[in-house]
Amino acid sequence: MTASSPERVAAAVSEKSEGSKPSVRRRRRRLRTMTTRDRIVVALLLGIPLLLDLAFVWFPAIGTVLLSFTKWNGVGSLHEKTCKPNMPSILNNGCWYGLQNYHQATTIDPSFWPAVRHNVIWLAVFVVIATPLGMLFAVLLDRGLRGTRIYQSLIFLPVMLSLALIGIIWEFVYSQNYGLINTVIGRNGNSNAIDWLGNPHLNLWAVLVEATWRQAGYVMVLYLAGLKAVDPTLREAALMDGANAWQTFWRVIFPVMRPINIVIMVVTVIESLRAFDLVYITNKGINGLELLSVLVTSNIVGETQRVGFGSALGVVLLVISLVPISIFLYQTFRREESS
Amino acid sequence: MSSQTLAAPASVGSPRTGGPGAKPRAIGQIASQVFLIVASVLWVLPILFALYVAVRPYSDTRKYGYVSMPHHLTFDNFRQAWTQSDMLHFFWNSALITIPAVVIVLALASGVAFVLTRVNVKFNVALLIVFTAGNLLPQQVIITPLYRIYLKIHLPHFLAGSGLMYNSIFGLVVINVAFQLGFCVFVLSNYMRSIPGEMYEAALVDGASLWTRFWRLTVPLCRPALAALATLLTTWIYNDFFWAITLMSSGDKRPVTSALANLQGQFVSNQNMIAAAAMIAAIPTLVVYLVLQRQFIAGLALGSSKG
Repeated sequence: MTASSPERVAAAVSEKSEGSKPSVRRRRRRLRTMTTRDRIVVALLLGIPLLLDLAFVWFPAIGTVLLSFTKWNGVGSLHEKTCKPNMPSILNNGCWYGLQNYHQATTIDPSFWPAVRHNVIWLAVFVVIATPLGMLFAVLLDRGLRGTRIYQSLIFLPVMLSLALIGIIWEFVYSQNYGLINTVIGRNGNSNAIDWLGNPHLNLWAVLVEATWRQAGYVMVLYLAGLKAVDPTLREAALMDGANAWQTFWRVIFPVMRPINIVIMVVTVIESLRAFDLVYITNKGINGLELLSVLVTSNIVGETQRVGFGSALGVVLLVISLVPISIFLYQTFRREESS
Repeated sequence: MSSQTLAAPASVGSPRTGGPGAKPRAIGQIASQVFLIVASVLWVLPILFALYVAVRPYSDTRKYGYVSMPHHLTFDNFRQAWTQSDMLHFFWNSALITIPAVVIVLALASGVAFVLTRVNVKFNVALLIVFTAGNLLPQQVIITPLYRIYLKIHLPHFLAGSGLMYNSIFGLVVINVAFQLGFCVFVLSNYMRSIPGEMYEAALVDGASLWTRFWRLTVPLCRPALAALATLLTTWIYNDFFWAITLMSSGDKRPVTSALANLQGQFVSNQNMIAAAAMIAAIPTLVVYLVLQRQFIAGLALGSSKG
């Protein structure tokens, strides 16, 4: 689907040059031919899904922002009064709390900053290791070496599995007494065994290996699809000019793949913010595996429900995720807006 | 493929620069091969290892460790995991969630995509952005209010035994549909834009109504995209863990992927059975992997490009 950029530019230009006048004509004709029944069909086709999307995605998203300024344990109703200081929390419920949730998160909550740190490490590992590794796989596979199909299928396999399943599968690799790694390196005795998933200094890195294992395959598939769509004549031209493979990739192919690079960037950031399943299946996201997503969730499935506080953490995720989302939307819909 | 076309000019050019250039090239090829072989082995190793644990009796691994020569191989773990944990029930739950969700998402998304690309409604780019962006949000951003909403919405008894959106199969179908809608609308609208406008002009001349143009003309033409998306969505919704963990309280209504967390607790004394249960839970996705891999990849490719 991704045409190489010269082609696309050409297409865009031709669309535009012949676009303006006929489209007005077409619009008029369309208006004329829309019967009442057609209008009802349009309303239903668009209305039902839009309602669903607004009610169950956007309404909650805005709700998160609003609730983050309240103090509420989920029992009783919300009201507009401001929370009074120095009152037992039972009487101070469902009230307007201002920025207190954010203040508490950043100053009092002991797991907030570790969670932020872990999310940043997660993102860093994805940016520095997982994504480049996936791109490297894609570039090597695109060269059409013998056995490419098989390599691609094998590296792609983890992408199909659920993250919960991946967590379970890797527990056998990391298991303290019988696990693959400890047995191979001879550290499976009772005294010197390494507790990969239990040790709070190690477990984040152990889980990140699992996450990288999956993410690299995911990036590989996305990138490979992009590489396949690159106009082969570009490469021929580069080779004719005497560029080597390295130069060809960085000077010719990589710039042409800007749209897919942005998709990969979005996937990388969003996936590292969404990270939840792996740590939850490993130890429910405690003891070295705290993540923002886990803190949000523990305010729902946990015993104490702090709706306002959990929402404030959700807003932190929202604000960060809006950066890559905006870049993606800008790059994708820029052309349509202008035309 | 592209490499084939590349080979020609390269070999034509090589005689002059020739001799020294050829060797690094061969070395590069060998290095790539070795790297890919090592990576492939590392990539399947954890899965094969879990499978190996699953086919060995507990007594064996207890005695010799997981990393040891096989003394006995057995499918007993699979049989026991299947019967003791009532896996059929959880698979049924997964089917009840996944199949309706996939069908509904595709039906709704094709409708939206058709309207947004083929009918001049106001703000169609803005609407497309609303759908697309919704799918990109991390789930945790919306979960807190969503959980509250699910506790507030009452459902008739035939839809949900619990009487609430919360803890019902219906509720999980709804959130999966709402959340995946954006991605499908994005992909399908890109795809529909590539259908030549002349076909619609012709249909109009024939007096086809809007519905006919949608259902008889557009949907059949989108079949490849729909097939790719169906494969992708089936895998994603089947693999969902987060919605089922947060929007369902009781274990027995959960789909198989999130029920694995409970099984882990249930079989904590017999790791081999956990491995077997995990392998059983992987079967549907492995079937997709073996049979429909190309569709799956095509779906991802459609999602990452714009028309």
